[in-house]
Amino acid sequence: MTPALLVAAAIWGSLVIYALTGGADFGGGVWDLFAHGPRAKDQRRLIANALGPIWEANHVWFILALVLLFIAFPFAFAAISISLHIPITLMLLGIVFRGAAFVFRSQETSSVRMQRGWGYAFSVASTITPVLLGIIVGAIASGSIVSKPKDWPLWNFISPWLAFFPVALGFFTLALFAFLAAVYLTVEARTVDLRNDFRIRALISGVMVGLFAWVCFILGKNGAPLIHGNLSHESWSVPFHLLTGIVALLALICLWVRRFKAARVLAIVQAILIFIGWGLAQYPFIAAPTFTISASAAPISVLEPLLKVILLGIVLVAPTFGFLFYIFKRH
Amino acid sequence: MSNLFAARSQMAVSLGFHIVFAAVGIAMPLLMVIAEGLWLKSEQEVYLRLAKQWAKGTAILFAVGAVSGTVLSFELGLLWPTFMAYAGPIIGMPFSLEGLAFFLEAIFLGIYMYGWKIVPPAIHWLAGILVLVGGTLSGIFVVTANAWMNTPAGFQWHNAVVSNIRPFAAMTNPAALTQSLHMTIAAFQAVGFGVAGIHAYVLLGDRRNAFHRKAFAISLSVGALMSVIQPVSGDFLAKQVARNQPVKLAAMEGQWETERGAPLRIGGFPDERVEKTRFALEIPKGLSFLAHWDPQAEIVGINAVPRANRPPIAIVHIAFQMMVAAGTGMMLIGLVGAWLYWKTRRLPDARWYLASVVVSAPLGLVAIEAGWTVTEVGRQPWIIYNIMRTADAVTPMPGLVIPFALFTLVYLFLAFTVIVLIRQQVYASSEDGYS
Repeated sequence: MTPALLVAAAIWGSLVIYALTGGADFGGGVWDLFAHGPRAKDQRRLIANALGPIWEANHVWFILALVLLFIAFPFAFAAISISLHIPITLMLLGIVFRGAAFVFRSQETSSVRMQRGWGYAFSVASTITPVLLGIIVGAIASGSIVSKPKDWPLWNFISPWLAFFPVALGFFTLALFAFLAAVYLTVEARTVDLRNDFRIRALISGVMVGLFAWVCFILGKNGAPLIHGNLSHESWSVPFHLLTGIVALLALICLWVRRFKAARVLAIVQAILIFIGWGLAQYPFIAAPTFTISASAAPISVLEPLLKVILLGIVLVAPTFGFLFYIFKRH
Repeated sequence: MSNLFAARSQMAVSLGFHIVFAAVGIAMPLLMVIAEGLWLKSEQEVYLRLAKQWAKGTAILFAVGAVSGTVLSFELGLLWPTFMAYAGPIIGMPFSLEGLAFFLEAIFLGIYMYGWKIVPPAIHWLAGILVLVGGTLSGIFVVTANAWMNTPAGFQWHNAVVSNIRPFAAMTNPAALTQSLHMTIAAFQAVGFGVAGIHAYVLLGDRRNAFHRKAFAISLSVGALMSVIQPVSGDFLAKQVARNQPVKLAAMEGQWETERGAPLRIGGFPDERVEKTRFALEIPKGLSFLAHWDPQAEIVGINAVPRANRPPIAIVHIAFQMMVAAGTGMMLIGLVGAWLYWKTRRLPDARWYLASVVVSAPLGLVAIEAGWTVTEVGRQPWIIYNIMRTADAVTPMPGLVIPFALFTLVYLFLAFTVIVLIRQQVYASSEDGYS
């Protein structure tokens, strides 16, 4: 392992934890949007209570990934920021409205109508943002980031991301985040009825994850040839897909037979496997075709102290972040 | 509107918006920890209610700070990709440490805000202290990165190639300590006065309200103490600027000619066409003395650099005067409050004094905004002082006026909403404060 590869792994790891925690927070917002039936209010309250204490800490994983990217792979970061200016800006607006509306809703006491308005803003932003995040990742994975796009025509700033593969990956991300949230909420629900509500939601979104995975794989043939090639022709490809598929299926079976804690573990493993697949398929690129991990990395004099800070971070953050979850999620 | 100007405007709006919430995120935990500590010590219920009420207001402001901070960290790349491509690795050290500090802050904020009934009181209080430490450290690290833009260090730059990067030397650049000290004190000072002003406003109508009296006492103490030490840190910072960014100092002071025994100008308007500062009150040799402790010291004037390398002088000078005026105002109000307390041994609650604190409530935020205007506009036309021009760092993305307009509207809307919500809370809290 070279220092550059270690930092790339740390970025990958932050994104995995972000998806498992912050991603599920967005998923919670999705289920707030789709809350209905006699228990709609209880569903919303369960989601709000689940998010409240942790969402800001979860969000830091995303910032961390960003910061590590611009320190260790500065030119890749600059190129991504230029080519994907539009979807990143839209995603930021989503992040702003999701977070702000979430606290505004909980603090708005004067009018029920305003409260409902903030709730709506929170849930809509929670639904749109993961799609944009997936589009951004999809655009990077599709190999369309060039180091200096010409500033005209404007199409140069749209074509990298407004394509079938990135958009499909956007919906895949949405389904995955919603699935994780629904599975977590089956464990966190305190009544049988609520648990059943989220069991149904988890099953539906779990099937959607599988469907969109296939759509992405098929579209990737033309849309992200490099990733697609790695995911289909390497020696690890077939066993890897089998493993991911089996874990996904087991998660759905556990949901079906109401083994919710086991389903939660399996859903997490499934998500991690998906990320491993992405990581392996994208290797050795930070952003294909121009930026490889080794060639676009900052000099060693930057990476070595950075790795020390990352180590310090693991020592400091792992126990405290775990403590936060222990306090609020142990029941 | 040119693309460069749109990008600079968007950055200014984003920074100007975020810094308010960042200051609150740094300083409110101190007020909460003091109130909760007094509750733990005295077991007076009113302190606990105060800590909880402050925590409630802070939750809103903190969330807005977190998301607007996220916007800023992405905007570094969205608006200034060339800057980040070169500077990212050099100033990565404070940014990565800031990430850790932000973790600490966000994790313990969750425990603090939602753990009142879950963790024991002592642990809860400790969580508050860790929020304070995390918030203060992340502020210091971010300002350190900004300081590097003013006094770049820890690398070699030759024909647009960066080499020999020493992250630690970059982090300990000459402006790092003075700038982060000044900003940290400013955060506590601005929030102290802002909060004191709000509670003073309620006390004007209900002078015996115990809840608001305690709130006023704590926040004013913090604000007043900071307002007295802030001029000292400002002096350190100004001397550092005099050494490392003489043109910025000249712009701040409206000093056009290089001269010995330069006067200190109070107020005035620098006329960039005739290169003179008019209508200023001049204190002979004052600037030389303040900048170098020597009334005969030479002060570099704006004319020492060609026009293309000068910042907009009038903006920098006026912003600096505003900051100093606001700071002086707060210091006077703080000193009067201390004197009243020393004389009467009770909370200074005379109507005229409460009213003066109400009026001073926004001064700290005005000073912060003006101070950042000095820092940022005063560095122009450079994004990395004397190394890279802002115009060379901007993204090639066309039509930047659109995101600028978009973010401006969103931030105006959020600011309006936050004000409405905080108002609601203040009114709710004044109804049940036992008189």
